[in-house]
Amino acid sequence: MEGLPILSLMMCVPLAGAALCLFAGAAAARWIALGATLVTFVLGIALWANYDIGGPQWQFTEEANLFAAFSYKLGIDGIALMLIMLSVFLMPVCILASWESVTKRVGEYMAAFLFMEVLMIGTFAAQDLFLFYVFFEAGLIPMYLIIGVWGGDNRIYASYKFFLYTLLGSVLMLIAMFWMVAEAGTSDIPTLMEYGFPAQAQTWLWLAFFASFAVKVPMWPLHTWLPDAHVQAPTAGSVILAGVLLKLGGYGFIRFSLPMFPEASAQFAWLVFALSMVAVVYTSLVALVQADMKKLIAYSSVAHMAIVTVGLFAFNVQGLEGAMIVMLSHGLVSGALFLCVGVIYDRLHTREIARYGGLAINMPYYALFFLLFTMASIGLPGTSGFVGEFLSLAGIYQTSSLVALICTTGIILGAAYMLYLYRRVAFGGQTNEDAAAMPDISAREWVMMAPIAAAVLWMGVYPESFLAPMRKDIATLDARLAAAAPAGDARLAPGTPRDKAANALEHHGSEHEGMEHEGAKEGAH
Amino acid sequence: MDFAASFPLVLPELMLTGVGLALLLVAAWGGDKAARQIAIVAAAALFAAGLLIVPGLHFGVDGPATLAFGGLLKIDSYALFAKALIYLSAIAALMIAPSFFASPAAGTERGMRAEYPVLVLFAAVGMSLMVSANDFMSLYLGLELNSLSAYVLAAILRRDTRSGEAGLKYFVLGALASGILLYGMSLLYGFTGGTSFEAVRAGLTGEMGTGALFGVIFVLSGLAFKISAVPFHMWTPDVYEGAPTPVTAFFATAPKVAAVGLTARVVFEVFGGQVAAWQQIVMFMALASIVFGALGAIGQENLKRLLAYSSINNIGFILLGLAVANADGASAMLVYLFIYVAMSIGCFVALLMLRDEEGNLYETFTDIRGLSVTKPAIAWALLVFMFSLAGIPPLLGFYAKFVIFQATIEAGLVAFGAIAIAASVIGAFYYIKFVKVMFFDEPVGVVTGKSETSHWVLLGLTALIISPLGYLLTPSLTDLADKAAASLFLAV
Repeated sequence: MEGLPILSLMMCVPLAGAALCLFAGAAAARWIALGATLVTFVLGIALWANYDIGGPQWQFTEEANLFAAFSYKLGIDGIALMLIMLSVFLMPVCILASWESVTKRVGEYMAAFLFMEVLMIGTFAAQDLFLFYVFFEAGLIPMYLIIGVWGGDNRIYASYKFFLYTLLGSVLMLIAMFWMVAEAGTSDIPTLMEYGFPAQAQTWLWLAFFASFAVKVPMWPLHTWLPDAHVQAPTAGSVILAGVLLKLGGYGFIRFSLPMFPEASAQFAWLVFALSMVAVVYTSLVALVQADMKKLIAYSSVAHMAIVTVGLFAFNVQGLEGAMIVMLSHGLVSGALFLCVGVIYDRLHTREIARYGGLAINMPYYALFFLLFTMASIGLPGTSGFVGEFLSLAGIYQTSSLVALICTTGIILGAAYMLYLYRRVAFGGQTNEDAAAMPDISAREWVMMAPIAAAVLWMGVYPESFLAPMRKDIATLDARLAAAAPAGDARLAPGTPRDKAANALEHHGSEHEGMEHEGAKEGAH
Repeated sequence: MDFAASFPLVLPELMLTGVGLALLLVAAWGGDKAARQIAIVAAAALFAAGLLIVPGLHFGVDGPATLAFGGLLKIDSYALFAKALIYLSAIAALMIAPSFFASPAAGTERGMRAEYPVLVLFAAVGMSLMVSANDFMSLYLGLELNSLSAYVLAAILRRDTRSGEAGLKYFVLGALASGILLYGMSLLYGFTGGTSFEAVRAGLTGEMGTGALFGVIFVLSGLAFKISAVPFHMWTPDVYEGAPTPVTAFFATAPKVAAVGLTARVVFEVFGGQVAAWQQIVMFMALASIVFGALGAIGQENLKRLLAYSSINNIGFILLGLAVANADGASAMLVYLFIYVAMSIGCFVALLMLRDEEGNLYETFTDIRGLSVTKPAIAWALLVFMFSLAGIPPLLGFYAKFVIFQATIEAGLVAFGAIAIAASVIGAFYYIKFVKVMFFDEPVGVVTGKSETSHWVLLGLTALIISPLGYLLTPSLTDLADKAAASLFLAV
């Protein structure tokens, strides 16, 4: 793979596809889009296969001086690799999900999605601060169009809210970026990740970045655009929004806020914890009373992303690994749940929970998939949700047992609203005749659901495949954060640790021991 | 004083003046039948003038060798950069005009009047003088040559009351502004004893007296009127709405470039030693223009009025670069001007293409509902321009704002930049309304009119520049702008 600019290629394929789709007819556009996303997915697999685990931190780097103020510099580490894989994996599913449900202006729709894919890959692969911003912010245009043109009845309000909320958050981050580049003299992300900004300045910079990422994640109370956008967006739009766009916020924290401003991150951890705790409890309760399926899942997304943010700001390896797995898992699971909603919405054209019921009788396969994703969303052991949430909460427990306590209620509440949803939709009597007459999932829908279900189980049973590429990067980040990490209230008793963690690589084991010694010292006081 | 050395420096202006006078005679005898040919010759002359400045622009010229006529004019890289933009915008204004004036919307049975291209030429000469002025006398001459041509252009549709109203308003308010400017100049002359920029600058050193300060403020106010910066912006929406659309396109581009270029030269070369005296004024005007331009645009139904407010908003960002008061800011300002001109031409060409079968122009939001279904190419081009004006990457409008804010932050004006960038989000609201109307609403107005090839060419070209491909232009654009800005700061 030496010399082949695979990242650029992964962006060129959907870009070319988007250009073709604009001029193609409806049927051709669907096939072009599917072809382009599948080719990109294959390239993604090649990327993963060639990723050298334990090799250099930044791989597949490319650089070209095309522009005046910033350079075209790409490269990925394990974290970016996993998120790129998530994007390219969900994209063909999105195209399939829109195969029949989108009938007007198909070419433009597919072009918008392919353009979105280019931007998502670009965001995760960018190694120049401003190049990152360009990709990060450009996503507004296709998403605005997707919600506005192909959305539901109240789409205009939702699209405006989405656009303006996100834009306001981002421009403040841009100002901070200018300041950072003026201070450090470079816009190279790997360099900036090791640069020590003055603690005083970090506070402001952190807040400016927080303004942008907190809207994207979204964190309570900036989450209100999300339910609107989700409910109004077409199914595939919701999948991409929940699956990947929300991850941009988490990615931003892990790539920028934490390594670039470690002191400020520690200083503001209380803020993140407070907002996340409110989000977990509040949005879970809100989800409990929703009558609209998509809104319910949208609120559950806010709650799950709050688990991500507490994990990120736990300042230890478990928390960071957990946060990453929750992000990946949530990307798959919430995307799949939106697909589940989309499947029955396509048949009955309503998202109202009360209009369904007893679907397990006439749609057994559908009910099976829906159950699997429901369980994964709750965090049942064996599914991806469990791994992520457990690691995340274990991580935060070391920092603050109170936060861990409150966030754990999210799992209980999550079980409550998800099972309640499932009971009303899939179980019970067939009270509605039209719902009872719906046919089970078609072959196309099988093809959409089955790969996600397989990935959810894979991540739940053997998360090592996903953790291994990220382990070294997370260890590096943890080492960077070590100096600033808050003491934590957990007094870990020094037991007799085995030589290595059960699944550790060489370097990881030593990291781990160091930490436990820290804990031992704490305990001695 | 060596006139022989001066003439080559002003060769483009001399040629344009000569061609303009000759064409005036052709127009007098040939009448409006010859208008199209006159327009073609005028555009060719502008193009030739543009070619003449290419070497200087490419290699960069500054220093004493650029002074002409004993220091009345200064034809340095900075002037050349502005001139290139002015000539290009003037050519665009000539290209889009004939088919507009031939349509019944213009109310002229005989099509384009032969004076139109001639007036555009004279305005271009005036603007060339403005940007290369090195003396308050030549400054005023250029300004008035441009303004007088512009007043007539605004009122060129004699039977159209809106056009007449626009011309009259422009004239009365413009004359007032010229008076203010002239008064400021006379104060400066009185307190410093000279009219040349060097003399006034030399007289303004040290502690500045109240009289001289008043002079500075009056001069800035007069110039602010010409660039339609808040609080001297009130004429803009009315004139933009009333003037014929090609003329509006011209007003939004070339005179803006000239007036901004002139303002920058005055503040840096004349008031450059007294930054504290004008920086706050420019900062206020910048912020006020951004905010009022954005707020004023929100309620507008007429697209030309909306673009007028948008131009006020954009002037705010340009002034932001000026307020930074260093070469980076000036360079950023020039880059912004280039991108702004491309976006404005594109927007107005697109507006000119929105016509019904008889050629009547569509001018309101209601008319362009669902345009993406009826005329997808125009709608997509407008989408690109609107997102670009809103400063959303990956379009080139983002780069314009990018360089401006980068210069602002690097100069340490962080709070100022943060307020300005937050205010720019207000502007995004009405730009995305444009997109919403074209893409989200159901079609009602049926745009059926055919558009001329020249329109398509201009639309395609500007859209291409503004598209992400435009970023490939940025290295050379930045290089040119840096040279131009450097020559501006040579005197400092």
